[in-house]
Amino acid sequence: MDTRAPGCGPDSICSAAGPVELIYEKSSAGHRGYRFPRLDVPAGDAGAVPSALRRQQAPRLPEVTEPVVARHYVALSLFNHHVEKNLYPLGSCTMKYNPKINEELGRHPRFAPLHPEVPSELAQGMLALLWRLGEQLKAITGLPAVSLQPAAGAQGELLGMKLFRAYHRKQGNAKKTVLFPDSAHGTNPASVVLSGFTPRQIPSRADGRLDLEAFSAALDDKTAGVMITNPNTLGLFEPQMVTLAERVHALDGLVYMDGANLNALMGLSRVSELGVDVVHMNLHKTFSTPHGGGGPGAGPVAVSDRLEPFLPVPRIVRTEEGYALDEDRPDSVGRLHPFHGNVGVALRAYAYIRSLGADGLAAVTRAALVNANYLMRQVQDEWPVPKGELCMHEFVADAAWTRKHGVRNIDVAKRILDYGFHAPTVSFPLIVPDALMVEPTETETRATLDRFAAVLREIAREVRETPDVLRAAPTCTCVGRLDEAGAARRLNVRWEPQDGRDEG
Amino acid sequence: MEIREGLRYTKEHEWVRSEGEEIVIGITDYAQEQLSDIVYVELPAVGDDLTQGEPFGSVEAVKAVADLYAPVGGAVTAINEALADDPAAVNRSAFEDGWMIRAKIADAGELEQLLDAAGYKAFVEGLEGESD
Amino acid sequence: MSYLGHTPEEGDRMLAAVGISSVEELAAQIPAAQRMQEALDLPAGLSEHELRNDLEQLGRHNYDPAATPAFLGGGIYDHIVPALIDALVSRPEFATAYTPYQPEVAQGTLAAIYEFQTMICELTGMEVANASMYDGASAAAEALLLAVHATRGERVLLAEGVHPRTAGVIATYLDGSGVKLEHLSARDGCLQPEALEAAIAGGGGAVAGVLVQSPNVYGLLEPLDRLGPALQAHGRGSRRPHLVVSADPLSLGLLAAPGELGAETVVGDVQPLGIPAQFGGPTAGFLATRRAWVRRLPGRLVAEAQDAEGRRGYTLTLQTREQHIRREKATSNICTNSGLMMLRATIYLALVGPQGLREVAEQCLARSRYAFEKLAAVPGVERVYAGPFFREFVVRLPQSAARVVQRVYREANLLAGIPLERLMPERERPHDLLVAVTEKRSRDEIDALAMALETALG
Repeated sequence: MDTRAPGCGPDSICSAAGPVELIYEKSSAGHRGYRFPRLDVPAGDAGAVPSALRRQQAPRLPEVTEPVVARHYVALSLFNHHVEKNLYPLGSCTMKYNPKINEELGRHPRFAPLHPEVPSELAQGMLALLWRLGEQLKAITGLPAVSLQPAAGAQGELLGMKLFRAYHRKQGNAKKTVLFPDSAHGTNPASVVLSGFTPRQIPSRADGRLDLEAFSAALDDKTAGVMITNPNTLGLFEPQMVTLAERVHALDGLVYMDGANLNALMGLSRVSELGVDVVHMNLHKTFSTPHGGGGPGAGPVAVSDRLEPFLPVPRIVRTEEGYALDEDRPDSVGRLHPFHGNVGVALRAYAYIRSLGADGLAAVTRAALVNANYLMRQVQDEWPVPKGELCMHEFVADAAWTRKHGVRNIDVAKRILDYGFHAPTVSFPLIVPDALMVEPTETETRATLDRFAAVLREIAREVRETPDVLRAAPTCTCVGRLDEAGAARRLNVRWEPQDGRDEG
Repeated sequence: MEIREGLRYTKEHEWVRSEGEEIVIGITDYAQEQLSDIVYVELPAVGDDLTQGEPFGSVEAVKAVADLYAPVGGAVTAINEALADDPAAVNRSAFEDGWMIRAKIADAGELEQLLDAAGYKAFVEGLEGESD
Repeated sequence: MSYLGHTPEEGDRMLAAVGISSVEELAAQIPAAQRMQEALDLPAGLSEHELRNDLEQLGRHNYDPAATPAFLGGGIYDHIVPALIDALVSRPEFATAYTPYQPEVAQGTLAAIYEFQTMICELTGMEVANASMYDGASAAAEALLLAVHATRGERVLLAEGVHPRTAGVIATYLDGSGVKLEHLSARDGCLQPEALEAAIAGGGGAVAGVLVQSPNVYGLLEPLDRLGPALQAHGRGSRRPHLVVSADPLSLGLLAAPGELGAETVVGDVQPLGIPAQFGGPTAGFLATRRAWVRRLPGRLVAEAQDAEGRRGYTLTLQTREQHIRREKATSNICTNSGLMMLRATIYLALVGPQGLREVAEQCLARSRYAFEKLAAVPGVERVYAGPFFREFVVRLPQSAARVVQRVYREANLLAGIPLERLMPERERPHDLLVAVTEKRSRDEIDALAMALETALG
């Protein structure tokens, strides 16, 4: 019996039916889900904690048994789309397959429980692994030094801007502005502001690439540097970045590269040869570590010689005796992370790079380019790609034509969900007003790409013939479109018991 | 889209109603339409100073935030407390229930520099033309 | 093993099908002068089997955590991790899911975040909490930035008991912001209200906030009940300095919620709640505050919502605060929470419940108290502080703590603690040892430590 809601496409995989429940709603007084070991020392006396600092009332946490917890979170999980269900064609997110061997190694009993404050002699394997990852990232970027401390891409950007500050302070330069193109990701100007610089946006050319002349006109001796994404957020390589870098360096400015799109460059182009002083990489994008529903990721940076002295401490160094932590870097910006960054994530990335090797990584980039261009060509007559005949690893389609049918790109995105795919990135970059940014990655097969292309073509037909289906989408999911405005006005951000009574 | 006569306007889409030594400020119907569902209005405190051209608060919608810019200099004498519980009043009634602040103005001359209804209408039509 | 979706031959056929001559035509989008001339300088790739061997080899050069009872704390604690947690978070539906920007296909992630936000509010006594931060240190830095924006103050005070690694991260974050960072000395290891008063009254600009960690780096409980009132007396309305408390979430099963003691914002790290040490990361931080500041909260926030049929769901809200909309006006540039680690903590709290959390906290209290007595009884070992402590304490040895730790490891295969000098080299405390005792440390292990210490000092 077909129980799908009317309007679901023939290929749609209906999400589990709701309702979406909370663990608090399954609470039953007196239930417990865990047993601790027997206390084999004398119980603490009441005086050990002054009563003013002691809790008078238990916190309201759910009271449930282990089987209830298990069922609850399994049920919640079934409401999620995920990489192992189907494609996530999200531009600039690089949602490639997350290898399970890396998860197994991430749980390794000689690595996962390791405490960061043991003497270095007792953690030589761990330090060696982190050092090796640093060497791998140096090889991939061509840059001479690395820091693994940033816990996310945005933190890598923040570090980049801190490095700019430290360099200019050491040089005695009075620098104020950082320039970036209007296609930049939103974290770019935010990171600039957080480091005390003034962000300045430069309009791009009509073909979507950075406007070298506009940048050059804006460059002056107050320019601390530029922030460039390459390939840019439209999926286009920036051939003039190298020239821009020369002009920036001539004024003792610095070049930051947002490496979110590194999947398009491995084995093809070396970041160091593009004039870059600092690049951040996303281990959870290019290097396959899982997204976890919103983290944890990692955003290590690689830097040129001129920025190396300013990297965070401690640095992981190799000496004759082995591996050590070096805090003796007087010009360092200090610490960005309490320890060494997201080591668990770094370990998974190390395993990925180690398993691919030079040829494997180069093949990844080539395959990513092939998949993106193949998919683009399959859909571009219905979904125009205004900037470029060819793309790198992602392309930006323009959904503006749907407006005359009373539909917007967000409706297209929601309808894609009904067909069992995740939507592409929408409304970004800002310079394409109704953008659909698509990045299939190299781990998708031709068959999947063909199916996705067929869905996009079917939806184009729906836009013209039955646009109200799009406006009502999604209908094949456990909840339909949510009232975001109402949610933002009410701001109910925590569960409360009914009538103040406990459940159960 | 409504543009009321008898009010002054700014290019940042605020309207200003003159009431003797005081003015009342809000955002225009065009602005609330652009922002769509408004979820929060951040207003200054009574007694705060206003400097012409400087931001004095913000209007937050689901996907965008817009700053409010002081059309003239002065001092805030009252704020529309009702907007704390009902920010949607700005969407429903931008020129009346959606009023935002009252202020005592420092220099009536600054008021004359603002657009009148016809000027604002022409300005908005110019914007609409560009976006096609 | 590249996990590629097509072979090179298939790739050529795909390109031919869409009128592209070859992969080289795609690569040529990069001008020849900017192309690499040689292969990447990396060794050849390994199969799964070889990769396992590679890690095994490396692993042999680490101490064996399973065979080495560790009395190590300092911000990362060796607590029991219930088996169900790994089973659930390794499900691909949680592990491989993307950020929940399309809520209709992410209700699992979003509902779990809403649960986490609730639990954190309950533990901390606060009104709103975000969806987690990278770690407790960056959460503390963000809370201080929030205080600066809210109060327009120019100074931020850090109690001596704040973990030096946290203080280091805060200094890095605040550099360039124009905010002055000042350190307050402790007496008997804790911040005294008089010292706080003196610092505020001392002048040099308005104080935006004070960061106090409790239990602090020495394991001591700071007198929050007296610090809160001390701050109330200063500033009016929005200018009053914020009391920012960095709290341990596990200890909050037993200790009073900082929200009840006058905290404006509470931060911390949920690593003790079901997250393995992982050499310090990833963990997840939390940030909870009063409803008045909800629009200044950095990071993600999930709210309850309804669809057109009246069905309840959850969605990311106030995204205008986040970088991708406010861009240069963002309250922070944070673009992630630490989703999977946050989920681990949520499941942990659901499993243990209020009684379980209280019990594990009581065990930490009892076991550390027992260890404290046993170690202080070893000849030559002295107590350093007299005040109440939770799960961690400092003892003073008659010789270098670092050398004693080495000796105890070699002779008894125990990790006795963290030499304080490792955490705070500039404070000249080479004989002081920071010892942490969780519910995992049995009586036998504690007795063995005392004996090993006695031998090592003898």
